[in-house]
Amino acid sequence: MNPTGDIAKQQADLIVISVLLMLIIIVPVMVLVVWFAWRYRKGANAAYEPDWDHSTKLELIIWGAPLLIIIVLGLITWVSTHKLDPYRPLDRIDANRPLAASVKPLEVQVVALDWKWLFIYPEQGIASVNHLVTPIDVPVRFKITSSTVMNTFYIPTLAGMIYAMPGMETELNAVLNKTGDYRGLSANFSGDGFSHMKFAYKGVTQADFDTWVKEMKTGTEVLDRADYMVLEKPTAKEPVRHYAQVEPALFNRILNRCVAEGTMCMNQQMHEDHKRNEMAAAIRQLPKDGKSMLAEALEMCVAPFNTVKK
Amino acid sequence: MSEIKATMTGGMTPAEVTARYMAREHHPEQGTLLGFWLYLMSDCLLFASLFASYAVLGRNYAGGPTGAELFELPLIALNTAFLLVSSITFGMAMISAQAKNVGKTKLWLIVTGLLGVAFLSLEIYEFQHLIHLGAGPQRSGFLTAFFALVGTHGLHVLFGVVWLVTLFVQLSKHGLTPENFRRLACLSLFWHFLDLVWIFVFTFVYLMGVLP
Amino acid sequence: MQDTFDLTKFIFGRLGWDAIPFHEPILLATFAGVIVGGIALVGIISYFRLWGSLWNDWITSIDHKKIGIMYMILGLVMLLRGFADALMMRAQQALAFGDNAGFLPPHHYDQVFTAHGVIMIFFVAMPFVTGLMNYVVPLQIGARDVAFPFLNNFSFWMTTMGAVLIMASLFVGEFARTGWLAYPPLSGILASPGVGVDYYIWSLQIAGVGTLLSGVNLIVTIIKMRAPGMGLMKMPVFVWTSLCTNILIVVTFPILTAVLAMLGMDRLFDTAFFTNDRGGNAMMYVNLIWIWGHPEVYILILPAFGIFSEVVSTFCGKRLFGYTSMVYATCVIMVLSYLVWLHHFFTMGSGASVNAFFGITTMIISIPTGAKLFNWLFTMYRGRIRFELPMMWTISFMLTFTIGGMTGVMLAIPAADFVLHNSLFLIAHFHNVIIGGVVFGIFAGLNYWFPKAFGYKLDKFWGTVSFWLWSIGFWVAFTPPYILGFMGYTRRVSHFDDMSVQWLFQISFLGTLMIAGGIGALLMQLYVSFRDRNTARLRDFTGDPWDGRTLEWSTSSPPPDYNFAFTPVVHDNDTFADMKKNGYQRPLADFVAIHMPKNTWAGFVISALACVVGFAIIWHMWALVAVAFVVLLGTIIAHTFNYKRDFYIPAEEVLKTETARTRMLESHV
Repeated sequence: MNPTGDIAKQQADLIVISVLLMLIIIVPVMVLVVWFAWRYRKGANAAYEPDWDHSTKLELIIWGAPLLIIIVLGLITWVSTHKLDPYRPLDRIDANRPLAASVKPLEVQVVALDWKWLFIYPEQGIASVNHLVTPIDVPVRFKITSSTVMNTFYIPTLAGMIYAMPGMETELNAVLNKTGDYRGLSANFSGDGFSHMKFAYKGVTQADFDTWVKEMKTGTEVLDRADYMVLEKPTAKEPVRHYAQVEPALFNRILNRCVAEGTMCMNQQMHEDHKRNEMAAAIRQLPKDGKSMLAEALEMCVAPFNTVKK
Repeated sequence: MSEIKATMTGGMTPAEVTARYMAREHHPEQGTLLGFWLYLMSDCLLFASLFASYAVLGRNYAGGPTGAELFELPLIALNTAFLLVSSITFGMAMISAQAKNVGKTKLWLIVTGLLGVAFLSLEIYEFQHLIHLGAGPQRSGFLTAFFALVGTHGLHVLFGVVWLVTLFVQLSKHGLTPENFRRLACLSLFWHFLDLVWIFVFTFVYLMGVLP
Repeated sequence: MQDTFDLTKFIFGRLGWDAIPFHEPILLATFAGVIVGGIALVGIISYFRLWGSLWNDWITSIDHKKIGIMYMILGLVMLLRGFADALMMRAQQALAFGDNAGFLPPHHYDQVFTAHGVIMIFFVAMPFVTGLMNYVVPLQIGARDVAFPFLNNFSFWMTTMGAVLIMASLFVGEFARTGWLAYPPLSGILASPGVGVDYYIWSLQIAGVGTLLSGVNLIVTIIKMRAPGMGLMKMPVFVWTSLCTNILIVVTFPILTAVLAMLGMDRLFDTAFFTNDRGGNAMMYVNLIWIWGHPEVYILILPAFGIFSEVVSTFCGKRLFGYTSMVYATCVIMVLSYLVWLHHFFTMGSGASVNAFFGITTMIISIPTGAKLFNWLFTMYRGRIRFELPMMWTISFMLTFTIGGMTGVMLAIPAADFVLHNSLFLIAHFHNVIIGGVVFGIFAGLNYWFPKAFGYKLDKFWGTVSFWLWSIGFWVAFTPPYILGFMGYTRRVSHFDDMSVQWLFQISFLGTLMIAGGIGALLMQLYVSFRDRNTARLRDFTGDPWDGRTLEWSTSSPPPDYNFAFTPVVHDNDTFADMKKNGYQRPLADFVAIHMPKNTWAGFVISALACVVGFAIIWHMWALVAVAFVVLLGTIIAHTFNYKRDFYIPAEEVLKTETARTRMLESHV
């Protein structure tokens, strides 16, 4: 309720404005309901017009007033939805400080596992489980995916939530304005361990952040593909863990579901399908003899489709 | 507590007032055909969902075979011919029914049924062949959507054939009663509808599937 | 794969003794209670020799009035089950803080909230709403029954069999643990290998067929069977909302059928619709299920709006204000409800323009909805309001639902939704509109039309107790979730760490207890009314206890089997009010024989077989699937060979019935 992230703050303001706009209609309506119920009750001897059932003027107001409010709300919606789009790079640190376009955001890769959170800092080469640290007043770009089922990545004080989905990457841009200890959670039910799928979120100054990264790198734990396969197994109430080293491009492998040895990455698979398709189409365009000749010639190069499932 | 007031409408007697508000003989209109149309439109939406899923998943080959590699258009053309001709023969059955000729109606129904069975046999053969090649519905999103859409259409044709046989027996037993004629009309709608869906299937699935 | 054919597995599938929850005390106690209650019920029926009547007059009945009553009974029974789930959830959430794990481990809690949602939507709200439409619409349009009486019976039993399956999951196996919409991949075969999701799929598929056919039935009834002179713009508003509701049903339920079938295929045949690998797409499920899901909630609320229109007009003694704009508003809501589904997953990352479009369409729906509210308000203006129970429920609705609608528009703003999606705020919002709108509407309709159906009014004292407990209890129960949602608390959580908010959950539990009291008072109301049904205070001798305005009040209470001895002719809206104003008197002679449909066993038997097929598929009992399916198909075909489905009520019997009514009217003027 007291957001410390700039995005969350804008969202809170938006909610307040929309409520006030709607109360313009709602409060009079509720007053009228109570007033009419009292004034026109059977014993009250008020005016009684049993056949009065139409008034063009009133109809205009009945349809017009809400329409006007919705038009205003609609405009607010259009603008705010674009401004607060999680994919949109930030253009301000807070209400008073704009952000230069050249500033590079801190990238954090997020993986929703069953039932814990993995955070990878690709530039810094470190990772942690159930513990996130970011510097304040620095734009952060979260790249988010999931291992098995849909979750949402949500830090209420920072910004809105966004789905974490297997095989897909979503993005959230946010900035924290106040240091402190906060919490994050998944807001999409994902199974038995869901209630405990929370993580600690700490906002620190840039200097403290750099110190923390250095400290992390002195640790001994390493996160490589084999470690990830173990981590991926379903567990609940996982304690915080830190990794001093992360296998490069691990997140890409997680995203494309090819961490296990011998599996083909999804993006590569789609690329090859596409290429194969194009090749087949090109062959079909050729004249008849040309087709068979080329097909023979290519027999060695064109990979036949694999009938075996992954 | 209902108050029957004494006011009367323009000097009418009580009996006249009462008569103004009641119908002596009232036969509500037949709703069967409208009802069947509504059901058919809901079925249309079922197919729309399957087409939508094919639109979404139709290019997800997952390293497996594509439509271009699998579909044998001559076979599909033959199957299409079976179904389209069967619609014509059903139309002939309806004309015979309208001319109150039970024998001819039944004959055209048999031809329609046989064409339907031919369609189904060829489709089962195609499915079996694909599965044998390792291109079954489990292989990829594309194949899942393909089998679901074409398979659901085939299931509908199967139910149509069962219905046709049942109606044939009922025509033999009771002749062309108004009830049986209504049933024929419904089956006719159903059959033509399936034909229409097939046209969309072979256009969007087979013809466009062969293109890259 | 085994070389030898395992016969036991073929017959029993994965059903075994371990499917019965011998080690779950709550379930065992419930089972014991059900057995005791069942024996008591069987005992009562046997003692009063009611088996024959039960079969001949109710189970096989194709009379829309009896079917309507049976729907209401189904809804009431399932309300008790669904509400028990609610009590358990609120108790767990009030207790489970810090070291206290509560009494429901996640394995059970997850089933409870899934079952609560499924039951309340599909087996409480839908049957109640369908029941009222079934009972009232033919009477209001001056018809003798619906267009397809047999199909009506069949639809009811299919819905009931869906309920039977879901209840079976309590005692044999388990239910889904996925939430009421069962998103994959969580509901896929890898994450949910057990029978729970299969119970979910098949109980909804079976019930869904019933609902779809009921939709077709009521549309044809309204289009084709209106009394002469009743043009579309002379229909009662409840009939208009029923028409729009049933159009929505026909247009959306096939999508539910398709998407559940796809999920079923993924689970049974390992297809790749919604899988993470092999090119499946789980987001497609989310889209399809909500393309069904959003119109579904309008299917629930539109009939309630219709009820309120009838009630306000009757109890203010005044023509409904703005009839034409009410009709247009209803139609606009019907069309728009199809254009908003994405607002249920703004957070799935569709991009700002897509999100904004759907947010704006969602907001636009509030305009016709607001217009309706104003129309009721101005019907009250310069009316003469009688505060009978139906009117009280309506006032409570107007105040409660309006807030719910406002919170809905808040959620419709995508950027706000990013904070509130799936939170307790969302929970509070939809309970606000469903309880404040649908449930209060059902109670209004129940109190309004009960005397028509049974010949006596519902007791006002217990009804008032129920009214206040529900109206206040609702706010006590659901204001805390509104607050907690703003604090970042999400839904479906069975344990919390921060003790400082426990008091809010405890207040919510208190409110739930108040609602429980409201339900208890409702049951008391039903009992007391039955007990005192022949007293002057409750008995309805005239058939028109409220000075009604529409045609159903021109019949006796309860109406005769044939509804109207002669089909009425309509000249104006508020037909019965028009008739009364002009001194209409019932015809007393010259009756003709009336053409009526016959009762039939087929609907019940076919549905029961469908239930068996569903159960067998769930447990992979392939032998039973094959046999039951063949018998099912055979029964359907055999039924089509039955051409003798009607009979005539002789004119003498009509005369007898009408004369009896005349005598009753004369002795109680």
